[in-house]
Amino acid sequence: MTDLQKLTIGKALNLGLRRAMEEDPKVLIMGEDVGKLGGVFRITDGLQKDFGEQRVLDTPLAESGIIGTAVGLAVRGFRPVCEIQFEGFIFPGFDQISSQLAKLHYRTQGKVKMPVVIRVPFGGGIGAVEHHSESPESLFSHIAGLKVVSISNAVDAYWGIQEAIRSDDPILFFEPKKLYHSGALKMEVDTSTAPSRVFASQVVREGTNATVVAYGPSVKVALDAATAAEAEGKSLEVIDLRTLSPLDLGPVFESVRKTGRLIAVSEAPSESSLTSEIAARVQQECFYSLESPVLRVTGFDTPYPPAKLEEHYLPDLDRVLHAVDRSLAW
Amino acid sequence: MPSEQWTHPEPGDGPAAVAAQPSPEQVIAGLRATSEGGAELTQLLTPEGQRVPSERFDRYVEDVDDETLKNLYRDMVLVRRADREANAMQRQGQLGIWVPLLGQEAAQVGSGRALQPRDMAFPSYREHGVAYTRGVDMRELIGIFRCTDHSGWDYQAHRFHPYTIVIGNQVLNAAGYAMGQKFEGKVGDEGGEATICYFGDGATSQGDVHEGFVWAAVYDAPLVFFCQNNQWAISEPTERQSRLPLYQRARGYGFPGIRVDGNDVLACLAVTRWALEECRHGNGPVLIEAFTYRMDAHTTTDDPTRYRLSDELEEWKLKDPIERVRAFLARGGHADQAFFDSVQAEADKFAAELRDYTFNMPEPPPDRVFSQVYAEPSPVLEAQREEYLSYLDGFAAAGEH
Repeated sequence: MTDLQKLTIGKALNLGLRRAMEEDPKVLIMGEDVGKLGGVFRITDGLQKDFGEQRVLDTPLAESGIIGTAVGLAVRGFRPVCEIQFEGFIFPGFDQISSQLAKLHYRTQGKVKMPVVIRVPFGGGIGAVEHHSESPESLFSHIAGLKVVSISNAVDAYWGIQEAIRSDDPILFFEPKKLYHSGALKMEVDTSTAPSRVFASQVVREGTNATVVAYGPSVKVALDAATAAEAEGKSLEVIDLRTLSPLDLGPVFESVRKTGRLIAVSEAPSESSLTSEIAARVQQECFYSLESPVLRVTGFDTPYPPAKLEEHYLPDLDRVLHAVDRSLAW
Repeated sequence: MPSEQWTHPEPGDGPAAVAAQPSPEQVIAGLRATSEGGAELTQLLTPEGQRVPSERFDRYVEDVDDETLKNLYRDMVLVRRADREANAMQRQGQLGIWVPLLGQEAAQVGSGRALQPRDMAFPSYREHGVAYTRGVDMRELIGIFRCTDHSGWDYQAHRFHPYTIVIGNQVLNAAGYAMGQKFEGKVGDEGGEATICYFGDGATSQGDVHEGFVWAAVYDAPLVFFCQNNQWAISEPTERQSRLPLYQRARGYGFPGIRVDGNDVLACLAVTRWALEECRHGNGPVLIEAFTYRMDAHTTTDDPTRYRLSDELEEWKLKDPIERVRAFLARGGHADQAFFDSVQAEADKFAAELRDYTFNMPEPPPDRVFSQVYAEPSPVLEAQREEYLSYLDGFAAAGEH
C-alpha cells in the first residue's frame, strides 16, 4: 500500500529524522538550537517536544564539541545526528571530523564503528551575510574514511537521511538550504517504500546531446537548463551525483559514452574541487567517447562575494546553457 | 606566594593594589609549587617513603595492604622496564618512535588501578602504564610505535580507547562517551560506571579540552579528567599554558579540581577512586591534576637538554615514584630483598619478551593499506586495491620477489 505525501525538502527531512528516531532509540539529534527552536531552518521542529531533551540535545555553542562528543557517543553505541547551523561554521569541527570521525574505523581495523551523521545546510542564493552561503563539500570529500552525500529533492531527503543514519560509516550530509522550503519543489514522497539505494548517482532526466552532472542545489539549475534547452531542440541528460565521496561515477561514464559531452555544475569554486575530479576521471575513462572537452560551470575561485553579487557568482541556467552551446559547437 | 592570594585590584583600590598582581616569577613559582605535602597537594607517601595520614583520603586506600602495595610496586617496575626497553629499541632502529613515560608510572598505575573493569578510559599517547593496568598486552601496543598498526587492541574488551595523537581530541570523545553512560542510566549508585580521560598540561591550552570541560559540566557527565602535568609540553613549560595551577581551572567550569602528587602511587589511587566514586554517584565531573615530571624526552625525537636544566631533573629524581614505595616497603619490613630481586627478574623477562616479539613482528601485508577504511565497501577503493595488487603481482610474475 502506498502512502503518498507531498513534501518540501525541509519537511521531508523532518519526517525522515522523526522516523529514524522512532525506529532506533539510539538515534540522537544534537546541535545548536535544534531543540525548542527546531533549528534555525526548523528542520528538527517538534522533535524535542516528542522525544525529550535527552534525545534532542540543545548543545553548548562549539562545533568541535558537538562533533567530538558525537564521536564519543558513537563509541558508546549511540547514533548521533549533528546539525551544523551553517556550512561556514563547520571549521572549528574540522579537526574532530578529519582526525577522529573519519579515521577511527581504519585506525582500529573496524573495531570502532562511527555511525555519525553531520547535517550541513550549504550553498548560496539566500541573500545572507558572509559564512552563510558557502560550498565546502570538496574539502570533506578529500578526507578518506568519510562519506559525503548531498540531496536535491524531497524523496532523497526523506529516505536519504534514514539511510545515512542507518549507515555505520560517518556521513557528512549536505542539504541545499536555498531549497528547504521551496513550495515549487514539493514532491510526492512514498513513505511506505524505500528506494533501493539513495546514495548512488542517478539519471534524473534522460537526453542524448550532452550530459550535465550536478548535485545539491545545482541539480535544479541543471534541470531548468535542460527544460530550456529542449525548447531550442537540444536534449540534455541530467545526472544527480547524490554521493560525493566515494564518488559514484559509473552512471556518468555511461551517459558520456552515449552523449559524448559533459558539463559539470557546482556552486563551489572550481580549483581542486569535485568538478575537477569528475573532469579528470571522465577523460580517463571516456577519452574515446568524448566529442568535446569536459566543461565546468562553477562558482569562481574567490571567497563567496557579498550577497548583492551572488547572482554573478552562482551558476545559473544561462551559464549552463552557454556551456552547453560551447560544448556542442566543438 | 600561594596562588590563592593573587588578587586583581578592584576599581578605586589605588596604586598599592597593583602590587597584588603576580609578577612572572610569582606565576612560575605558584605553578611549580608542590608544597611538599602542604594544603595544595594531596600526598599519602612522601618522597622519603613516609606514610602521611589523610583524613579525607585514607578511607579510599584502607584495603591497600602490604600485598596490594607490593603489587603496585611491581606494576610500576614492569611498566618502567618495558618503557626503557622500548626506548632502547627505538635507539636501535627497531621502533619508528617511542613516547617515554619515565617518571609518570605512579600517576598512570595509581589512576589505572582505581578503575573498575566496567569503566572506560580514553588515553592520549603516553599512557602505556594505564594500558597495562587495563590488561592491554604491551605487545598489542608496540605495533603503533613500530608503525605496523594504528591501534592493536580490542578497545571494548579492555575498555581502553585507541591512543589519540592529536592533542586534546580525546577529551571531547571521552565527554561524549560519559554522556552516553549518563543517558543510559548507568550512574547513580555504587555500581555506576565512569569514564576517565588522560591528557597533559599542554593539552589544557587546546579548545577541545575547554569544550570537554563545558560539555561534561553541563551534562553532568561521569567523567574524571586526569591531567598529568609533567611540566613540559615538548619544550613549552607549564607557565606557557596557564597563569594559575591547572586544577584550579575546574572551579571556573563548576566542578571540583584537585592536585595530587603524581609521583605518589597511593595518593593517585586514592584520589582517583574518590573522583570515580563521585562520578558513579552522578556527582561528576572531576578534574585531577597529577603533579608529576617527565624524566625523559617528550618523544625519542626530542632533545630536552636544549630547553631544561639538569638541576630540575636532579631535583625530581629525588621524588621518584618507584623509589619511595621501595623505601616504604623496605623500611617497614613489608618486603625483603628477595621480593625486590624477584620483581626485577620478572621485569627483565617482561622486557625480553617484548623485545623478542618486537624484533619478530611481521610486517602487515600490502592490502592492509586498503583495509577497513569504511564499514561499507567502497567500489572506488576496491578498484584501487585491485589495481595496486595486480601491479605488485606483475613484479612477482617477473620473478622480482
